[in-house]
Amino acid sequence: MATSIDISDLDIYYGDFLAVEGVSMSVPARSVTALIGPSGCGKSTFLRSLNRLHEVIPGARVEGKVMVDGQSLYDAAVDPVEVRRLIGMVFQRPNPFPTMSIYENVLAGLRLNNSRLKKADADDVVERSLTHANLWGEVQDRLGKPGMSLSGGQQQRLCIARAIAVEPQVLLMDEPCSALDPISTSAIEDLIHQLKSEYTIVIVTHNMQQAARVSEDTAFFNIAGAGKPGKLIEMNTTKKIFSVPDEPATEAYISGRFG
Amino acid sequence: MTALVDKPPATMEHLPLRHARLPRWAPILVVVVSFAASGLVGLLLGWGPVAIVVLALLLYLGALPLWSRAVENRRSANDRFVTGLVWVALGIAFVPLVSLLWTVIGEGLPVLDAKFFTWSMRNIVGEKGGIYHAIIGTLLITGAAAVISVPIGLLSAIYLVEYGGKSRLASSIRFLVDVMTGIPSIVAGLFAYALFVLFYGPGVHIGLGGAVALSLLMIPIVVRSAEEMLKLVPADLREAAYALGVPKWRTIIKVVLPTAMAGIITGITLAIARVIGETAPLLIIAGSTDSTNFNLFKDQMMTLPVFIYYSYTQPGNTPEIARPMAWGAALVLILIVLVLNLLARVLGRLFAPKQGH
Repeated sequence: MATSIDISDLDIYYGDFLAVEGVSMSVPARSVTALIGPSGCGKSTFLRSLNRLHEVIPGARVEGKVMVDGQSLYDAAVDPVEVRRLIGMVFQRPNPFPTMSIYENVLAGLRLNNSRLKKADADDVVERSLTHANLWGEVQDRLGKPGMSLSGGQQQRLCIARAIAVEPQVLLMDEPCSALDPISTSAIEDLIHQLKSEYTIVIVTHNMQQAARVSEDTAFFNIAGAGKPGKLIEMNTTKKIFSVPDEPATEAYISGRFG
Repeated sequence: MTALVDKPPATMEHLPLRHARLPRWAPILVVVVSFAASGLVGLLLGWGPVAIVVLALLLYLGALPLWSRAVENRRSANDRFVTGLVWVALGIAFVPLVSLLWTVIGEGLPVLDAKFFTWSMRNIVGEKGGIYHAIIGTLLITGAAAVISVPIGLLSAIYLVEYGGKSRLASSIRFLVDVMTGIPSIVAGLFAYALFVLFYGPGVHIGLGGAVALSLLMIPIVVRSAEEMLKLVPADLREAAYALGVPKWRTIIKVVLPTAMAGIITGITLAIARVIGETAPLLIIAGSTDSTNFNLFKDQMMTLPVFIYYSYTQPGNTPEIARPMAWGAALVLILIVLVLNLLARVLGRLFAPKQGH
């Protein structure tokens, strides 16, 4: 079910502006890979290029190769919609669909893709996804309430349930805890621990303790200055990055000294 | 130095947070006094009521700030002056509205009865008839106009927001839509007439033509309001749907449109309310008749605005019957618009994204 991702020489553009340059790395299957680095260094942009969401922005494009299970994501014959069914995403700010109930939000991925579900199967998917997202106990008796009626942390877990309901192989998380309090954050970190036995997870985070807590591997991105492209400086096991990184720049960032 | 430290300035010790205030009833007192003074002057000099009210308002706008300046402070005086201006402006805006409703209800209400709503004017000479034929015509023509303009307008708005963006084609469409907003309604009527003359020959009168003319006026309003509403849908929601592997068109139909639906419905209703009272284009293309005509595709069709126009300007030998009927029809037209607005609110609330508990 899980899948590894191999990226080689990836350049990411917004129009003529080169935002991320020359990234080569491989993301192992069934493990958590954290992306860290200062703001504006292209972590999120890079993450969004992994499920072809980057190109939704007008003028945005990508050069280079992203291989998922031996298939090139950016091959002309590849349908970006299919890619996104395979590679799910959780965003920085919780974004449940405001017109839908909790129940409908979880099923959104399936229903919007027009797959007909029997009521029993649908109930099953909802319970399984919400249980997976550690939310079932809190919402099981109010599934018909609007998704927006939940607290921020619950909304984010609802969004995770929505993302895993379509059973993707890879889950991308773009700072999923940055808008949450420590308790919700800890709930989501527990969840990441559980999910990694089934999914390949790539998580962008500004919180280095979080990266150290949840990830097996860590990639450090940096930017030489404003207007310059972001680059991958180092990718290593999390243990090594946080103890004896190969690059001095990584060490400077980890220990709080910049530049 | 030491002297300064020992003795800070008095203001440091005691900031004046409290100061004298005018009593709560001061504005009302000034209003009453202004009107009394102005009324006295007006009666002595033999002025009309309008002059008296104007003088009273000016007195109020002068007296209250002056009093406030004397007792309170400069900021309060300015505050009271601007507050006064805002209230006066509100009052002025209300004058035509209230006066219009007052007149229409006063003149129109006595005419309304069962016969007025259920009879047409067919074979009625020298007695009171009904406006059934005009109500049917107005509803059919406006309904057809909505059927034409809502799909075109909504699809254009979807193109502009979701696909066009800042492209040259989208910018020129936006410009042309803005130009269309300014088309005089009579020109829309002439256009529809010219169009249908091509099919039916000169002298054509047809309800569908009226609908086409009205939809010319309605489309730009629908496009612009729907565009604004679609723009308000956060990009987050679109991306959330894309990230679930939902194709773009399905995202638009299932996520973007439902989220914006409340605002779009309000916009459409306002557009209908805007065109339902149009007279000039309907005079030209839909014509005028005394009979009820259910067929949009054939012959003349009476509408409420045209009925009002003819009853008032050409009342024939019995103006004492025709003129009140014009007022009655005007009241019915206003009521229809009112019902439409209420309907829009109800639908808007029904479709609004559900927040909270």
